Amino acid sequence: MGELPKPATSIPALAKVDAAKEHRKPIATVLEKIRQSHPSSSRIPDGIFRIIILLSAASVFAIVVLVVWELIAKSQLSLHQFGIKFFYGHDWDPVNGNFGAMPFIYGTLVSSFLALLLAVPLSVGVAVFITEMCPQGLRAIISFLVELLAAIPSVIYGLWAIFVLAPILRDYVEPFLGKVLGWTGFFSGPAYGLGMLAAGIILAIMIVPIIASITREVLVAVPQNQREAVLALGATRWEMIRMGVLRNARIGIVGGVILGLGRALGETMAVTMVIGNRPEIAKSLFAPGYTMASVIANEFSEATGDLYLSALVEIGLALFIVTLIVNALARLLVWSITGGQNVRANA
Amino acid sequence: MHSMAPPVLKPISLWRRFANQGATAFAILTAILVLAPLMAIFIYLVIKGVGAINWDFLTKTPKPVGESGGGMANAIVGSGVILLISSLIGIPLGIGSGIYLAEYGRNRLGDMVRFTADVLNGVPSIVIGIAAYSLVVVPQKHFSALSGGVALGIMMIPTVARATEEMLLMVPNSIREAAFGLGIPKWRTTLSITLRTASAGVITGCMLAFARVAGETAPLLFTAFGNQFWNLNPNQPTAALPLQIFVYAISPFDEWHKQAWAGALILIIMIVGAVAAVRITTSRGRLKGA
Amino acid sequence: MGVGIEVKDLNAWYGKNLSLKSINMTVPANHVTAVIGPSGCGKSTFVRCLNRMHETIPDARAEGTVKVGEMEVYGDADPVDVRRRIGMVFQKPNPFPTMSIYGNVAAGLKLNGFRNRKQMDELVERSLKLAALWDEVKDNLHKKSGASLSGGQQQRLCIARALAVEPEVLLMDEPASALDPISTSKIEELIFQLKQHYTVVIVTHNMQQAARVAELTGFFLMGSLIEYDKTEKIFTNPADKRTEDYVTGRFG
Repeated sequence: MGELPKPATSIPALAKVDAAKEHRKPIATVLEKIRQSHPSSSRIPDGIFRIIILLSAASVFAIVVLVVWELIAKSQLSLHQFGIKFFYGHDWDPVNGNFGAMPFIYGTLVSSFLALLLAVPLSVGVAVFITEMCPQGLRAIISFLVELLAAIPSVIYGLWAIFVLAPILRDYVEPFLGKVLGWTGFFSGPAYGLGMLAAGIILAIMIVPIIASITREVLVAVPQNQREAVLALGATRWEMIRMGVLRNARIGIVGGVILGLGRALGETMAVTMVIGNRPEIAKSLFAPGYTMASVIANEFSEATGDLYLSALVEIGLALFIVTLIVNALARLLVWSITGGQNVRANA
Repeated sequence: MHSMAPPVLKPISLWRRFANQGATAFAILTAILVLAPLMAIFIYLVIKGVGAINWDFLTKTPKPVGESGGGMANAIVGSGVILLISSLIGIPLGIGSGIYLAEYGRNRLGDMVRFTADVLNGVPSIVIGIAAYSLVVVPQKHFSALSGGVALGIMMIPTVARATEEMLLMVPNSIREAAFGLGIPKWRTTLSITLRTASAGVITGCMLAFARVAGETAPLLFTAFGNQFWNLNPNQPTAALPLQIFVYAISPFDEWHKQAWAGALILIIMIVGAVAAVRITTSRGRLKGA
Repeated sequence: MGVGIEVKDLNAWYGKNLSLKSINMTVPANHVTAVIGPSGCGKSTFVRCLNRMHETIPDARAEGTVKVGEMEVYGDADPVDVRRRIGMVFQKPNPFPTMSIYGNVAAGLKLNGFRNRKQMDELVERSLKLAALWDEVKDNLHKKSGASLSGGQQQRLCIARALAVEPEVLLMDEPASALDPISTSKIEELIFQLKQHYTVVIVTHNMQQAARVAELTGFFLMGSLIEYDKTEKIFTNPADKRTEDYVTGRFG
């Protein structure tokens, strides 16, 4: 075919561009200077920034480690003195230096489970109402109001419980329960209003928002085609919710419930204000009780002597471990449903 | 194949209809039962609190036991001091951790930090109080606003960190890449561009964390401890609004009960105000996404 | 045995948008009728109106007369009853993941208060055989979950589930569009068998599929039924120009 055409070394148009380039040289050198100066001058600030950020993240680790360290260190005295007997001793006697934590463990467990008993049907009911039954316009308002419940501080719940809830319990609810269900042994004895029942009820109100919000999230995560599949078989709305939604969301709901339990176990102020603060184990819900968090709240600042303080710290350590396990379990369950998304479970 | 008669499927039985309506009724009932205490609490706060709020309440310190009058001014200011300290601790560490998680921590180490922050979030506030007591009160040998601020600051970190991480992750990568392409160093990009884009959401997270710790009482019981008098020295025991409410509520004095309601009303206005402001600004789409 | 469907003057709305305009159509019993048309023409909406699934979408409603056999779908009938008597298979297979294969097929029976275990066993077996799935799952009925099957098997499971409650009509909304070609041809074979017992209405965007399985075909365009005739005629000698344009691929 002949030779390949030679590359044009001097096309007139290109020559013009080359000439223009000569003019642009000063600007080019300035840009070059800037580009060259950045890499080295940014390395140090970048490094410093990275260190600052790493330190912030490390602080989270450090804080948790410090917390655990202090709890363990300051409870050594009590741990060595009482050993495992600490946890099943019934006797809380600061005067004689005898510390048994069973009444508080009992109180914490009973008040928390009572709260769950009341809160779970309420929370699941509200969540189902909001996601499956509520008219579109009301949805935002009602869910906002339920979330508002989570914003109310514990001490205000306690205040309301002392002056509004307890009198209602004392004057109406407890007499009624005593008459009707007194034979069971759970509703006997004098009706003070304050006591385990009041603590359980106020705790229930406080944990409803958490359980409800997680339940709502898992219900919404159930794909629409599941609901349609059930409806197409000829199901009523409730049957559709039961078989197509709740069934699929079971695991996540359990996770939410366990998270609520974790909250209830550690709740301090409202419970302290209404539970009666008596370290006794009683069958009746009308009787006063005491929880792990409450005894710390009431007695820590007044604790005389190292052993007393150490016993209280040991209770704090136990509380820490229990809530740690419960919360971890809950997160595992919820993540398995929502696929690892960040679920806002606080406030 | 079609050997047997089709199953006798009756038209919808009465029981199924009843169950359906019953379930609806139950769900509505639960909604009422859940919202009733909310309404009741707010109504009582207003009724019982408004009466006791007056100029004295907002400007005077408590009177000795048994005397009427006096106020919670020192508690309101004390809370302010403690919350200031806690914000100075919690917000920078929280935002820093959040930046780490979003920009540097998309790996195993980051997962561990995230998990640790979650753990910290779940620790009961009273246990944090014990730790702050051990770490600050014991060495100093006295109660202080500082120790209270430390306790509350620690509690703020996980909330702020998580909000910061979420918001930073919502900023599209293309913005970061555009900045890098222009030769802007990473530290500058993160602060001036990515963080600024996410700023509305981060501020929201900080406000939510603030609102949450503003109402906390338990950790202050043996850190800030409370004070009947004016105190602006962060190294001395300081009054705090939730603490004062607690002490007054469990006291046997009617006068103090009234003031407890008033204090509670002020506290709830602050907190609900913050939460509502957050809701309004985010729902109006002021979240600067991309 | 299947029953016929008579549709008179059916209109359907999504909010304010009229998406089905005055549809008139008679579907004969024990035949397969295909509904074709471009995206958005209303074919899915039409089929979902037949078993009152359309109104489950917020702000959606339908008016008109639909008679399935003797039953007036939009008359006094309870929608729950309507849906029990008309079966539906969806585009994306949606077995219940928390139930076993047996549980999935028996779900409709349990809903309707069926308690007799032996009869349920027989019905589950029969439905799975009808859906050509029995041989593949008979050893794992209770052990495997509904979601652990392959896509094609899942869809056949959904068909078995729909058939278990003895519907008179089976509606299928693009049942094979999410499946691979082999599963698709299995489903098509199945549809051919099913018409002996049921009346089948199948929505499809695949014209070859309509030609393969359906005796009658209705062509929808922009909410109206343009032409409805024997499948042969629609594809070889359509009466309306728009139909011709669609089946020859000039649009859609």
